[in-house]
Order: sequence, then structure tokens, then C-alpha cells
Amino acid sequence: MTLGTRRKVEWLIERALFACAAGSVLVTAGIIGVLVFETYEFFREVPIRGFLFGTVWTPLFYDAQFGVLPLVSGTILVSLIAMLVAMPTGLLSAIYLSEYAPSRVRRVVKPVLEVLAGVPTVVFGYFALLFVTPLLQRVFPDLALFNALSPGLVMGIMILPLVSSLSEDALHAVPNGLREGAYALGATKMQAALRVVVPAALSGISASFILAMSRAIGETMIVAIAAGQQPRLTANPMNSVETMTAYIVQVSMGDTPAGSIAFRTIFAVGMLLFLMTFALNLVSDWLRRRFREQYS
Amino acid sequence: MAGDRLLQTMSILVLTLSLVALTALLYDIWSDGWSRLDWAFLTSMPSRRASSAGIYPAILGSLYVLLVTATFALPLGIGAAVYLEEYGGGGRIARLIEINIANLAGVPSIIYGLLGLGIFVRAFGWGPSILSGGATLGLLALPVVILSTREALRTVPMSAREGSYALGATKWQTIWHQVLPSALPGILTGLILAMSRAIGETAPLITIGALAYIDFTPSGVMSPFTVLPIQVYNWVSKPQVAFAENAAAGIIVLLVLLLSMNAVAIVLRDRFHKARV
Repeated sequence: MTLGTRRKVEWLIERALFACAAGSVLVTAGIIGVLVFETYEFFREVPIRGFLFGTVWTPLFYDAQFGVLPLVSGTILVSLIAMLVAMPTGLLSAIYLSEYAPSRVRRVVKPVLEVLAGVPTVVFGYFALLFVTPLLQRVFPDLALFNALSPGLVMGIMILPLVSSLSEDALHAVPNGLREGAYALGATKMQAALRVVVPAALSGISASFILAMSRAIGETMIVAIAAGQQPRLTANPMNSVETMTAYIVQVSMGDTPAGSIAFRTIFAVGMLLFLMTFALNLVSDWLRRRFREQYS
Repeated sequence: MAGDRLLQTMSILVLTLSLVALTALLYDIWSDGWSRLDWAFLTSMPSRRASSAGIYPAILGSLYVLLVTATFALPLGIGAAVYLEEYGGGGRIARLIEINIANLAGVPSIIYGLLGLGIFVRAFGWGPSILSGGATLGLLALPVVILSTREALRTVPMSAREGSYALGATKWQTIWHQVLPSALPGILTGLILAMSRAIGETAPLITIGALAYIDFTPSGVMSPFTVLPIQVYNWVSKPQVAFAENAAAGIIVLLVLLLSMNAVAIVLRDRFHKARV
């Protein structure tokens, strides 16, 4: 190969690789394009106010109503239960792993958490419906077969590894000088951990919480299996609820004709879901960046 | 001091609880599904009678979809990672692409399903086929592949590149002959991890319209299909206990597949480590 062709080949390869990288931008463009297009078509037939603030969601009925609030409330209810499980346990396990655990324990615990994080969500759904719900029904006899509580708890277990590992990273990034300073002032290990290290890592820890919330809101199969398909504006976790993701699954499993208004609802709901998770991801990212700036 | 002990005890309790949850999950599935698991179950078509239903089309569907997923995600993902790590050099466009990839990693998987439905199934006219499903999961896996490949490329010491340049190699020759081979174990591990995540994905494939009931073997990439997790979901949502047993048996098959992929990743990584030392 002459020098000239060699140079040309090098140039071509660089362009091709650039095209691969730029392709990822096309994916984002595709997501936004599809959602915006179908949502726009949807809002030509359904008023946007009625969608965002309506409290009845019956798009598949003859007398269709498109108030999305029951789906949003269902999503938030299940996610909040999950966060109530994952935040304290995740943070506690992060503090333990970062400040206390001998390396022997870490070598056992970390793989277990990784396995937990790698279990397909449909498996967690099975677990919620056929193991956790019957177990809970022994304690709460009036718990419905489909309810918000059981998938919420199981989802909490699912996102625990995420909270734990990201919070541990944040605690780990706190400079040792802060711990040593606390010890020098006579602090015990716990005082140093809880009053110095955790506050110092607070923005990093909050970032992990918010990212976990975003993950919980977008989680699909656990709620599709165990939470039910009844859009209902309620804060009672004993009841059956439907989340935004579970609704998209419900329509996709049925035979709603493409192009119909009921079909377009899944894109409108998807758009709302996308915006909610995107906003949470942005906040989480902002917090994490602020945290990194503090200690570098 | 007492506080220390309390904190430690509580943490160990929490970690034990998560271990217990994992054990309960595995035990529950094992005890429900073990008796259903036999050769006939693996090689039969699904059926309305739970006792004669099998999982054969779902296993094939999962493998075909995975193949298409890899075909989409690997070249694109590795190419993008090589560009960002070796060429991008912190330029403005490279930074934009990086932010974009980080954002894509946080998009819920079901949204990728809507993307696949809008683009592959309808705009491209591929229908609810293996090709559409694999392409959708390929896009979903892309950020994971890019991030793990970049990490692997970063472990290659600068001196390996400089040595190659000093011998007169061009940039691409350096990447192809020095950087990629020594990053290979890391890249492979990341790829298998991404694929093992893809094989457990359910929601995006349901959204693009993969069917739950398939009683034929897929004939090619344009064929309708089902995959293991969708078959499991289908069985879980039936009220009869017998179908729940099928679901548990299906989950065991899925988990065994996942575990063997991870085992392959570990073996590969170890072999490359040994070869290099």
C-alpha cells in the first residue's frame, strides 16, 4: 500500500468509527421523534389538559376517558414503596461496605448484590405474585391478589444493589483526611461515619436515590405481573393499581389496531414516562457532578 | 462503641435479608418448577394444556433474537467506543456524544420498545419479527457495550500505543494490532454482560408486538417469535397452578442460560489473563 492510499484508508476508518459514535445520537433522535409524532397525533383528538389532570383512565372502554392521573399515582405509589425499602437498606449496606466491612465480607457480599442486580425482572414478578403476595396475605388478610405493596417491596429489593453500589462509591470518594480529622477530635467510628462521611457524601448519595427512583418508575414486568390492571386513583397499597408501564404492556398484549386513538395512548403515556425519568436522571447527574467537583 | 455495634448489626441484618430474599427467590422457583423440567418440556410446543406445554419455540426465539442483537450492538458499540476513546480527544462533538450515551443508559427499556414499534415494526415495515426484536434490543444494549468497551480500552497502557507509533505504525494499525487485542478480554466480558441483560428483557419485546403463543419454530429473521421471558410472563398471568409450574420451569431454563453465559465470560477472561502473563 502506498502512503497515499494508507492515508486515505486511515481517514475512511476514522469517519466510519465516527459514524458509529454519531449513531447513538440518532437513537435519541429516534426516541424523541417517535414519541413526539405519535403524542402530537394523540393530542389532536384528546385535549392535553384533560389528559394531564383527568382522574379517570378508561381508553379501552366504549365511553373512553383519558385522564392519566390514575396511572401516574399508581406508578408513584409502587415506586415510593420500593424507595422506602431501598433507601435505608441500600445506604446502610453502603456505609457498612465502605466503612466497616473487612475485605473477606466484601468478597462475599458484592457478588451476591451483583447476582441480585442481574436477575431478569420477569423473575422478580413471579416472585412477587406467587411468593411475596401469599406471604403478605397471611399477615394482611384483606390484601388483594393484585396490589401495590408486594411489587413495591420486591422492586425495593431489585434496586437495593443500585443504591448500595452508587452510595458506596460516593462514600468511598470522601477523602480520608476528613475521617482522620474526626478521629483526632475523639469521634468514634460511627460518629465519623454518620456525622462526617455521610454528610460529606450527601449529594452523591442523593444522586443514587434519585437514579433509583427513576429506575423504579420505568420498571415494567414486576408491576405488570403483580400490581394488576386497574387504573385507580388511590394511596392504599392494599389495592390493585396500574402503573404507566403496566398499561403499555396491557395494550401491547391485546389486539388494539395500530393507528387508533387507544393505540396512540401508549405513546402519550410513554412520552410522560420518558419526561419523568429524563428529569430525574438530569437531577441525579447534576448532583453527582456537584459532588465530584467538591473533592477534586 | 455501642452505637458502632448497633450500626454493624443492622447492616449485617440488612445484607443477610437480601441474601435471604435471593435464596427464597431461587428456592421458591426451584421447588415450583423442578418437577416440570424434563426433556419433553424443553422440546415441545406450547399448549393450552399445561401438562403438555413446552418451551422449545421460546428457547429458539431467545437465541435468534440474541444473535440479531449482537449483530447490531457489537460493531456499532465497539466502533463508537474506539472513536470516543482513541480519536474523540475531548472535542465538543465527542462530549455531546458522551452526554447522549449517558442519557440513553437511563432511558427505561419499555421506551426502547416504543422506539422499535415506531421505527422498525411500522416505518421500516419489518413487522413484529425477530429482526425488529433483535434491532430493538441491540439499541438497548448499545450504551452498555460502549461504556464497558471504553473501560476496557482505558486499561491498555499508553506505552503500548507509543511503542507502536515509535515503530512507524499508523493510528489504526496501532489500534488494530496493539490496543484491541490487549483490551479483548475486558471487551468480551462487557459484551457477554450486555447480552445476558438482553436475554432477560421482556417489556420492549412485548411492546414491539412479539407474540405470547407461538406453536411453530421460527423460520428466519422475518418470522414472528416469542422469547423465554415472554413465555414465562404468559404462563404467570394464567390463574391455574399448573401454568405457574410451567413458568417456574421456564425461569429455571432462563437462569441456567444466564449463568452459563456468565460462566463463559469468566472462563474467557481468565484464559486471556493467563495467555498474557
